[in-house]
Amino acid sequence: MVVSLDLLINAIVAGVLLGGFYAAVTVGITISFGMLDIANIAQPAFILFGSYAAYIVNSSFGLDPILIGFIMTPVFFVIGMAIYRLYHHAFETRGQQSIQGLAFFFGLLFVGEVSLILIFGVDYRFVEAPYIGPSLHFGMFDLPLRMLVPFVVSLVMIGLLQLYLTRSFIGRAILAVSQDRVALQLMAANPTTIKQIAYGISTATCALAGTFLIIIQPVEPSIGRDYIGRIFAICVLGGMTSLPGMVAAAILIGVVESITATFYGPSWSPAVAFGFLLITLAWRPSGLLGRT
Amino acid sequence: MGGGGMRGVSTGAFWLLAAAVGLAIILLSRFTVTNEYFFFAAYVVLQYIVLATAWNILGGYTGYTNFGTGAFFALGAYSSVVLHKMPALTQSWFGITTPGIPLPVMIVVGGAVSGLVGLGTGYLSLRLRGVFFAIATLALAIVVQTLIVNWDYVGGSRGIYIIRPANAPLGGGYIQYLYTLMIVLTVVSVSIARTIERSQLGLGFAAIRDDEQAAEAGGVPTLRLKLIATTLSGALMGMAGAPLPYYVTYLDPTSSFNLAYAVNSVAMPVVGGMTSWVGPVIGAVLLGTIQQLATVTISSALNLLIVGLLLIGFVIIAPNGIVGLVQARRDKRVAAAEAVARRKAVA
Amino acid sequence: MSDMAAAKRPILAVSGLGKRFGGFVALESIDLDIAPGERLGLIGPNGSGKSTLVNCLCGTLHNETGSVVFDGQPLNGKIAHERTRLGLARSFQLPKPFHTLNLVDNIRVPLLYTVNARPGTRLTAPQVEERCFELLQQAGLGDKARRMPRDLTQVEMRKLELARAVATQPRLLFADEAMAGLSHAEVEEVLGVLFRLNETGITIVLIEHIMSAVMSFSTRLCVLVAGQKIADGLPQEVVRNPEVEKAYLGE
Repeated sequence: MVVSLDLLINAIVAGVLLGGFYAAVTVGITISFGMLDIANIAQPAFILFGSYAAYIVNSSFGLDPILIGFIMTPVFFVIGMAIYRLYHHAFETRGQQSIQGLAFFFGLLFVGEVSLILIFGVDYRFVEAPYIGPSLHFGMFDLPLRMLVPFVVSLVMIGLLQLYLTRSFIGRAILAVSQDRVALQLMAANPTTIKQIAYGISTATCALAGTFLIIIQPVEPSIGRDYIGRIFAICVLGGMTSLPGMVAAAILIGVVESITATFYGPSWSPAVAFGFLLITLAWRPSGLLGRT
Repeated sequence: MGGGGMRGVSTGAFWLLAAAVGLAIILLSRFTVTNEYFFFAAYVVLQYIVLATAWNILGGYTGYTNFGTGAFFALGAYSSVVLHKMPALTQSWFGITTPGIPLPVMIVVGGAVSGLVGLGTGYLSLRLRGVFFAIATLALAIVVQTLIVNWDYVGGSRGIYIIRPANAPLGGGYIQYLYTLMIVLTVVSVSIARTIERSQLGLGFAAIRDDEQAAEAGGVPTLRLKLIATTLSGALMGMAGAPLPYYVTYLDPTSSFNLAYAVNSVAMPVVGGMTSWVGPVIGAVLLGTIQQLATVTISSALNLLIVGLLLIGFVIIAPNGIVGLVQARRDKRVAAAEAVARRKAVA
Repeated sequence: MSDMAAAKRPILAVSGLGKRFGGFVALESIDLDIAPGERLGLIGPNGSGKSTLVNCLCGTLHNETGSVVFDGQPLNGKIAHERTRLGLARSFQLPKPFHTLNLVDNIRVPLLYTVNARPGTRLTAPQVEERCFELLQQAGLGDKARRMPRDLTQVEMRKLELARAVATQPRLLFADEAMAGLSHAEVEEVLGVLFRLNETGITIVLIEHIMSAVMSFSTRLCVLVAGQKIADGLPQEVVRNPEVEKAYLGE
């Protein structure tokens, strides 16, 4: 197999851009799972909801998809808070086994996907925007705008989140909760409220992430499941609670996937993230053995 | 530990009883059923009993959630495909005519393959918290599907046609033969589940489920037991999948493969009840029958939606399932009777 | 001579044990020798590393540095259930019963998986059953044998916790804050249980905050502050140690 430099560079560039997108998809999990210890495997379903929301509004009113994403963000935030309320009441207060919580999210993931199939069918849907199609050309490599724009907005979004988490009172409280629940209770801030806000934020990110997804590629309901392995692999690889770490991990996985797809074919991409997940689980267990 | 009746039946007696019931059903259906559709439908329900029971050994008994049922099931089905094509392969490669491989052998092989994969997955992920195991099984489902889609020998994404043998051993139609095998498998898996429940192994599983740290401190070799549960569960799922190619005659790795089996194998024990062998049976019969009826009347997607909603509903409202609800009613009645008796004694 | 030496040999020899969590040093080079039959009190302010030490010694946590030798056998590399089978038992600070199992089964699990797992012993099922009831009786839980852990009072939960540890037939028992939150009478009850266990030959390490209990129970006292051992000796002397007063008792 001839490895042309041109092809390789394009694969790497595409991978970096893809990684930026993956970071947007994963940041919600870093908050809900990495920081709050809630194994929200239903995240891909919400991302798809974001995608389809963008599709509906874009095809009916022609609004820019990213704008739609921003508008939907507060809506998703409220939905996220409601779901946490339910989760907390049904599982955390009862001190239930993790099995019931996992089964709950799995049910959500599943119902989400099937609902989308029932409403929209299994055809691919896409959005239209001026930056989907054209690319910037730089001699050796191309920068497709439909990947560049989500990349930039994603990094901005994550940057703002990081600022919020490290500078604002609630943000710092969220970080504190992720480290020590008891300390927070002594601080007289109610951990449940903090967690509710944090979970709301994690769902809110899905609005934009879903928009990015449908900008980058046409979507249909079952692609959500490809993302579960990716999301958790990136979260774990990035150190669970660190946003910068997560971004680095996302870009790494994006690049490896891109190179694999270019030289071995795209049907192998879903397996790449799983490979990373396995390697991470086997190699860095010290970070994964619980919260103490 | 363990719900409901049959408290006093010993393990050996249970196996005999279950075998007798199985045999009775086989003979009864042989001589009374005329519509072949019965065997088609019953096969699916029986298959779900096996899957739900297998899932529950790791899930309900030991507390570890497996979302990759589709993967283990598919591995069983596709190992049968490989074995099915082997005579043709040895013929073209070596010119030797090897006999066709009987289905019961394929079932054992399918079980072995899936069991090994279960062991491997467990070995990699069971040292960590339960949630990582669950995530690993989700990712495993995707990987197995990716591997199969890329493997042309078993049909790849186009799928493969399997021709049923002309003669069914034991006489009767081939579908009836598959149905009979599935009854045997059901008897075996349910009996295994109950045997575990009553054994030291089952006690160890329950301890792990209730408090793994305390179990480990109490001398329970938690990793080893978890690996046993994972391997056994995977193996039973593989065995349930092995006859599938002959049942459907056209096998392909579409997403529906993973989807329906994954959610059903979780929903059925949750709805039926996870603490005893009875729960998965009730859940499988109930949900399986509903789905068989629904598939002919409403779309299969709507059908799956109902299962998903039932899963969410039960896990929130009745986490111990139907068995749990019955048990709670019974306990309440016993407590009420005791209260009455105490008042009478004081008076 | 070798018999005498064996009798003098500490049942637990800890040397240079260290444990960190990322950048935080939880335990720094702990040296500790526990003599067989001793009643050792382990005290220290909250967060000083007492529970971390117990966790490391019992195998729940992995210590990065140092060695632990139990009755001549090195424990490094052995995980928790192996250490329990060797004779090292612990009760948990917050009782961790098996909540879907009744009390008999709660005792049965450690019994089957330690005593019956050791080479040589092999109790039959009726013997196991009998022993479970015996242990529950000794713990004062005899008439609640068929009940579930959720039906127990606080002090009964603590006793169940201890009974489960005793079921493993340990030679060394760590009683981790078994008395927190109990009334004076209840503390006396639990102390009584521990004294009786010690009389049967079990070495006991009492990790506790209730000073009156620690003083009346311990033959030796060890003080941990901020991950370091700052005192180790006779209780009366240790409490008069100015450093100890400053770090702990003076608060």
